[in-house]
Amino acid sequence: MPAPETSPPLFDVAVVGGGLVGTAIAWGLARQGQRVAVLDEGDVAIRPSRGNFALVWLQSKGLGMPAYAAWTKHSTDLWTGLAAELREETGIDVAYERRGGFQLALSEAEVAARAAMQRRLHSQPDMVVYPYEMLDHDAVARMLPAIGPEVAGGSYCPLDGHCNSLRLLRALHTGMQRRGARYLPEHRVEHIDPQAGGFRLRHQKGELHAGKLVLASGIGNARLAPMVGLAAPVRPQRGQIVVTERLRPFLPYPVATIRQTDDGTVLLGDSQEEAGLDDSVGSEVTAVIADRAVRMFPRLAQANVVRSWAALRVMTPDGFPIYDESQTAPGAFLATCHSGVTLAASHALALAPMLAGGSLPAQMRAFTARRFDVPPTA
Amino acid sequence: MFRRLPEPAVAPVSITIDGMPVEAREGDSVAAALLAAGHARCRSSSVSDAPRGPYCMMGVCFDCLVEIDGAANRQACMVRVAPGMRVATQDGRRELRA
Repeated sequence: MPAPETSPPLFDVAVVGGGLVGTAIAWGLARQGQRVAVLDEGDVAIRPSRGNFALVWLQSKGLGMPAYAAWTKHSTDLWTGLAAELREETGIDVAYERRGGFQLALSEAEVAARAAMQRRLHSQPDMVVYPYEMLDHDAVARMLPAIGPEVAGGSYCPLDGHCNSLRLLRALHTGMQRRGARYLPEHRVEHIDPQAGGFRLRHQKGELHAGKLVLASGIGNARLAPMVGLAAPVRPQRGQIVVTERLRPFLPYPVATIRQTDDGTVLLGDSQEEAGLDDSVGSEVTAVIADRAVRMFPRLAQANVVRSWAALRVMTPDGFPIYDESQTAPGAFLATCHSGVTLAASHALALAPMLAGGSLPAQMRAFTARRFDVPPTA
Repeated sequence: MFRRLPEPAVAPVSITIDGMPVEAREGDSVAAALLAAGHARCRSSSVSDAPRGPYCMMGVCFDCLVEIDGAANRQACMVRVAPGMRVATQDGRRELRA
């Protein structure tokens, strides 16, 4: 129920957005003892949380921002604990596996490009240290016997893994509500007024007051951020995914674009297309996805495809996340990224305690959206 | 369990089910041919391994999945029998050949 305007805030924190980013933060805040409300849209919402590829992935991330590599590694380190805690609390097994993962190359040129990229990534100043290796065809084949002759090699990182991201979303929703967070669907936020002691959020059903505010509404952050003196220059980037019938296990490790789920289906992904808010699927792109998958694992040519879909990633201009706090409206924070699965553990177990404490520490400064204010150099 | 209605002058069609010769009739769906031949169980679930058989007969329930001429997980109710067709029942998840 909306509170009368004179009463104190019913909630310590209002989280706007009920996807993986919003619910991971809300679960983490509730775990810190905060009284949390999560305002979500209805089924019309753009929901990358329901269409993603479900990798928990570290390798190759952070070229250009070592802080992002460290933040990602921290999350993969926290993930085992997150999965265990969610399972204990909700009974939901999010099927997290961390046996390592591959990125495969289909030519010597692709191997060389991948090796060069890894060298640049890992030779950055302040780069976090973690194990990875470049492997030739034979070395890959010892771990992934189903590869085809066209696979020239690949990179392997033992810290990579994957999960069932639909179950993760459900576990976070269940867990945060068990911990007392109030989930409010069909509560699209129309306007936000910073006021003394907190924020007044006008939504499609009325008003809600909260002491602090966390914007975690993906593409919606672009519209909401300026209301509290923040910026979220995000755009949708389409990714298409193809899924096969359930098959007996043949892929013991996830590959960046091919993974076999715990229930046997094989997911093939994932394109990166600039298509605005168009989330339709097209056979031109899915044909390329399927062709590369069959070249990597020829036996996939026998598999039946049962579904394909597209989802819209939330992309920033440099591809790295934004974590920010408002200078003009203290207590207003923003979080956005395109890796809501990988970063779920950081969001729940590292970011949420910072937000509960009321400010972002110095280690988070690299992620401010003010990095985009710098004019590009000639 | 199932008995055919008397139908005048429908041509027989020879197929095999799990390698055994079976006489179906022209116009049968594979699912109808399976039921008429006594194969109420045509697969086991890829999730629970429980038995499954043709149910809705109209392409909706996906319970009648079988292998037809080497292609697995076809909907038996949506495919008509053809002379020499090889139908095989399925157990659990399909295995891709190396």
